[in-house]
Amino acid sequence: MSVPHALLALLRQGPKYGLRLQSEFESRTGDVWPLNVGQVYTTLQRLERDGLVEATGEGERSRKRYRITSAGERELSQWLGNPPDLVPPPRDELVIKVLVALQVPGIDVHELLQVHRRHVIETMQRYTQVKAAAGEEDVPLALVVDAELFRLEAIVRWLDAADVRLKRLPSPTPTEVVDAPLEPTRPMEVSP
Amino acid sequence: MTSALELRQVSKVYGSGPSEVRALHDVDLSVEREELVAVMGPSGSGKSTLLTIAGSLEEASSGQVLVDGIDLATVSRSDRSKLRRRSIGYVFQDFNLLPGLTALENVTLPLELDGVRARAARTSARDALEQLDVADRADRFPDELSGGERQRVAIARAIVGERGLLLADEPTGALDSVNGEGVMRLLRDATQRGVAGVVVTHEAHLASWADRVVFLRDGHVVDQTVAPPGPESLLAAGGRR
Repeated sequence: MSVPHALLALLRQGPKYGLRLQSEFESRTGDVWPLNVGQVYTTLQRLERDGLVEATGEGERSRKRYRITSAGERELSQWLGNPPDLVPPPRDELVIKVLVALQVPGIDVHELLQVHRRHVIETMQRYTQVKAAAGEEDVPLALVVDAELFRLEAIVRWLDAADVRLKRLPSPTPTEVVDAPLEPTRPMEVSP
Repeated sequence: MTSALELRQVSKVYGSGPSEVRALHDVDLSVEREELVAVMGPSGSGKSTLLTIAGSLEEASSGQVLVDGIDLATVSRSDRSKLRRRSIGYVFQDFNLLPGLTALENVTLPLELDGVRARAARTSARDALEQLDVADRADRFPDELSGGERQRVAIARAIVGERGLLLADEPTGALDSVNGEGVMRLLRDATQRGVAGVVVTHEAHLASWADRVVFLRDGHVVDQTVAPPGPESLLAAGGRR
């Protein structure tokens, strides 16, 4: 989440004080991304230094109102149109755990997949409670929670696919397990 | 307290000899009133079989199925049909509303088939449509209703009267995720008003609307979620960034 750009977006609606920016940021992200007021002022100072916002008023920071500059508006619209970096993390811990489990004798990989599946779905239930409690009209919160839910659902789908793929593997006999040469797991290729 | 639905060591076998298929193995499952349970599992895991046996649409090969404490195996065939009509509501993937009947008539029909007098049946049906916020569409035919309204009428038909058990097999069908969520919200609301609900789904974001998620694999219940703590815990821990 880019806090500077979120603040620029809020200032695009009109000049605001730092405290107001903090409370609007939190309510518009469904209170899922809390932001402390110190972080708001530090960010505003940087934006001011870069000419993207300007302060009105004198004295203490809480007395200053900030407004977006035309350079700030250009920066915001550029940022909104720029696709975010979708490169996956270099090592997905869950994928590594499952790959490692395949090499460890005596581990029931299906059970392991189920442990992770249950954990992910329990987390999804908690996010859904947040959405249910807020009601359908709270669209910003629904958008934030949906993003998390669909990210988690992708993990469940990966676990389901892994389950089916592993089920199709012929079960190794005990002899095969003992005699099988140890082979290093192929390193995962990560797209640049 | 009597559970709205209880499956005790339920097994289901289709065919015999080499062609025998065991769809369910010793399944134990209890569902209470005001509880929504989602059943998840891969294709062929026994989800739909579990639902049809719970709804008395087919018989278990062994084990007991109790609806409101009544063991379905101990009652006559006609009493079982009566129990099925009076206590159990079904929601299907494509809603299955009868096109020649209005919304009100669709919801009234199961009661009238059960011998409820027309006026009483219409009153109950109107109550159910009101609960689902579609009472103002009562006189419309299914093809005059939006997709969302048809869903609501189908759920009203499933909960009309004294039905205490609501069974839904992939009720969100081919709906997009937001409309699918709408169906889950309605099912959740219905259960919170005192009905027990069981919904089969393969989509985790829809299953997460349930109070409990039960996992089936190869006909066995292999796991279930534990009651999730409140949403506050999420915001206090992992959700805070």
